[in-house]
Amino acid sequence: MDHIVDTRRGRNDQTLMPGGQAFITETRSAAREAGITLFDVTDPDQGIVHVISPELGIVLPGCTLIAPDSHTCTQGAFGALAWGIGSSEAEHALATGALRLSRPKTLRVTFTGVLPAGVTAKDLILKLIARHGAGGGKGHVVEFAGETVTALDMEARMTLCNMATEFSAMTGIVAPDEKTFAWLEGRRYAPTGELRVQALKHWQSLRTDDGAQFDAEILIDANSIEPMVSWGTSPEHSIGISGTVPSGAPERALTYIGLESGQRLAGTPIDAAFIGSCTNSRLSDLRRAAALLKGRRVAPGVKALCVPGSMHVKRAAEAEGLDVIFEQAGFEWRESGCSMCFYAGGESFPPGSRVISSTNRNFEGRQGPNIRTHIASPEVVAASAIAGCIADPRELRP
Amino acid sequence: MTPFTVLTSVAAPLLRDNVDTDAIIPSREMKSTGKTGLAAGLFAPWRYLSPGSRDPDPAFVLNQPRYAGARILLGGDNFGCGSSREHAVWALAEYGIRAIIAPSFAPIFAGNCIRNGVLPVVLDQGSIAAIAAVNEPVRIDLAQQQVEAGSQRWTFAIGAEAKAMLLEGLDGIELTLKHRERIAAFQRADRLARPWIYFSTQP
Repeated sequence: MDHIVDTRRGRNDQTLMPGGQAFITETRSAAREAGITLFDVTDPDQGIVHVISPELGIVLPGCTLIAPDSHTCTQGAFGALAWGIGSSEAEHALATGALRLSRPKTLRVTFTGVLPAGVTAKDLILKLIARHGAGGGKGHVVEFAGETVTALDMEARMTLCNMATEFSAMTGIVAPDEKTFAWLEGRRYAPTGELRVQALKHWQSLRTDDGAQFDAEILIDANSIEPMVSWGTSPEHSIGISGTVPSGAPERALTYIGLESGQRLAGTPIDAAFIGSCTNSRLSDLRRAAALLKGRRVAPGVKALCVPGSMHVKRAAEAEGLDVIFEQAGFEWRESGCSMCFYAGGESFPPGSRVISSTNRNFEGRQGPNIRTHIASPEVVAASAIAGCIADPRELRP
Repeated sequence: MTPFTVLTSVAAPLLRDNVDTDAIIPSREMKSTGKTGLAAGLFAPWRYLSPGSRDPDPAFVLNQPRYAGARILLGGDNFGCGSSREHAVWALAEYGIRAIIAPSFAPIFAGNCIRNGVLPVVLDQGSIAAIAAVNEPVRIDLAQQQVEAGSQRWTFAIGAEAKAMLLEGLDGIELTLKHRERIAAFQRADRLARPWIYFSTQP
């Protein structure tokens, strides 16, 4: 439903997406018939599944969590084994309460150092994928570890784990710690009272043993990472924002994206800017973008949208006045959903648009016919929206 | 599910890395909530000249007469990456593709293949290039875990469970339900050990 529902104001079951309404009403009646809780279109808790599950305390450390959506790995940020499956496996899980699985291989990615100002979890994961390839995860479970990861807040850890699937990992996971436990406290489905005491004892034990052997290890120095932007049609086609499109880049990707090897990415004119998706649509993402947008205006001719990841995020942002900042800057402020992270015949930008986007996939046509997507952090999206071209947010800081 | 034993077919080369499931079937082609009616949308962005049209692009491999009726696809690294949509495999199967040979597969896509009678064969890039260069039908024998093209032969690895499911066309749900008692016993024990995991224990 998060993929299907419109994000325009005053939305209902009707969708711009062909067939969307039937999908929504069929899902609703099937859920009712099966006695499954549905966070419906008008529910105050509605939102992108990977945003609302943590908000409601549905995901917990040590649980196994599956959903028929590749970005389920987002929730590995809580020390859960959370991964995306296909429809047949979802059917299997519903029918049997179990899944058939061979023990996956393990990979530890250790980030060391301190993230420079203006550099985020999005840039960490894009750097990893750019360096080791979109297939680099090879179906392994990836533990994200190291001081840089420990220093991340929970929302940033979700951004990091979110794109484990873009690395072709089975999933990503971060060892739960005090931040995790504090974040979950008081969430609707999270344990309280005596159960929380019991749970905490178990959760505190959920960490990799000293000297544990992984099937593979990767070490990345975070000190030198820049804000990252994609130049091509795979997340592995990403570079630091001060860089140039690499020589020897695949011709097909260059033709689609309309850039040439050696060209600087910064300064490339854009038609649209999108902040949203299960990667970067949480309150902290919107705050960081708003800090750059405050008192500034989106460049003329740039269509800009912000789609909060959940209605909870939307309300929390509005309580802080972020909606006013976005709207005064010239962004549309929408209802929550997956929106223009992908295109299914509904909401879209005009064909061929060049879009700077806080989403996770820059595939050919992902956001609509011939749309050229550049994925980056919300900071880069905000700075680029203001500049009218791909721009480095560090240059905007006062 | 139709068992997969031996398959002989021309193999269509789509030797691009990171072929994603949005390219295999874009969301806008997933018009129904069912598993059928998807073959026409297979590779729509590449197979047709313009978005939404059905005018074949003669440059696309599956539109070339020599690959008409291909039941085997040769792919690049990380085939089937991106969205978990099982429609990608349903579309491939409905079109007639029963096996894909690639250097690596995205994990969700590979799982979806096995559950729909489509065999994912992992071979290195050099072997795939050699298969593409042989202008003869390709034979895949799952029991022997072998691919043959012309006078050449390659062996591939596959998990025992995946192999058994494909060979016998087994339904995973039926296999798992044989362990119903063990699953229930685990859940009973786990409910005691980790009561906070189970929503019914919430106030």
